[in-house]
Amino acid sequence: MSKKVSRRQFLTYTLGGTAGFLGMGMLFPMIRFAADPMLKKGGKGAFVKTNYKEDQITETPLSVDFRVDVKDGWYVPEGGEPRTAWVMKSEGKILALSPVCKHLGCTVGWESNPQFKGEFFCPCHFGRYFKNGTNVPGTPPTKPLDQYETKIEAGHLWIGPIKKA
Amino acid sequence: MLRAVYKWVDERLDVTPIWRDVADHEVPEHVNPAHHFSAFIYCFGGLTFFVVMIQILSGMFLAMYYVPDIINAHASVKYLQTEVAMGTIVRGMHHWGASVAIVMLFLHTLRVFFTGSYKNPREFNWIVGVLIFFMMLGLGFTGYLLPWDNKAYFATKVGIQIAESVPFIGSYLATFLQGGDMVGATTIPRFYALHVFFLPAGLLGLLATHFILIRRQGISGPL
Repeated sequence: MSKKVSRRQFLTYTLGGTAGFLGMGMLFPMIRFAADPMLKKGGKGAFVKTNYKEDQITETPLSVDFRVDVKDGWYVPEGGEPRTAWVMKSEGKILALSPVCKHLGCTVGWESNPQFKGEFFCPCHFGRYFKNGTNVPGTPPTKPLDQYETKIEAGHLWIGPIKKA
Repeated sequence: MLRAVYKWVDERLDVTPIWRDVADHEVPEHVNPAHHFSAFIYCFGGLTFFVVMIQILSGMFLAMYYVPDIINAHASVKYLQTEVAMGTIVRGMHHWGASVAIVMLFLHTLRVFFTGSYKNPREFNWIVGVLIFFMMLGLGFTGYLLPWDNKAYFATKVGIQIAESVPFIGSYLATFLQGGDMVGATTIPRFYALHVFFLPAGLLGLLATHFILIRRQGISGPL
């Protein structure tokens, strides 16, 4: 204890500390309130039944529409939100690719550009993917397309959440 | 560290004279509760300002979730209140703060009245204060509609009917406030705009005038 705290310093620290404590008591709820979406856990995706039967899935990618239940704040769209997957058979297994481009999130289409046969094409920045979803080197995307989990139940195709890489 | 940052800014911006001019002035003995405890009555003006600051802050945060329209207004309030962390507290601050601000403003008015502080040369500041009072009432009235529940709806209907009873201009006034023929889809965005843009802007302008006048004229003398 070589450095003595002067009376003025003591009062400054005490007052400052109290003011800071009261101020934080006021600000903390508001900041926590604003930051809430960051700290909320997202709902885990469930499997949903599609209108497609197992034997309808071939080697050619098929655009499969399905609906997922979403909760957008206080807004819950009736019947869920429409989603699409490109579904095909690949090496005996079912592959369901997300149509969301890994470059900047536009929507890719199968052979949607006649120049690039047998590839997925994104019109925004000419991103391309091979049939199995792998990005074509030298085009904007740096990662392959996301894959949905799938299962066959009672002959019907079911689509689940996006697979974690 | 903090001192060094302040010094760096001050060297370039020369802020010290500005904040000295704003904050560094003597508090006369008769308004300082440390000398006479009864002087706490001189705090109500400052307390009103403090509560107004809380209102502005909590209102800014509420606006992150609130949607001013007939379909989403009530749903968004319910959402932020029941599903967002601390929503009850933040909306509670705004809700109770609104009443506390009016109470503090009223006590401040009483203090000014009973100490005779409104007298020459401070009559103009009394008028500015009354305008501030009207702004605050306007903020209370427009804010009351926004949750879009039964209480909000009927309170606004009553308020607008009172406005309608004004001779000659009443019906125009009601149509202007409603933004149409009834309290509904056109009324909420209008009240919201008044509540978060027009009235706060007016209030801040008046508050600035109020404070500049206090500094120019000084605090009125002891009784």
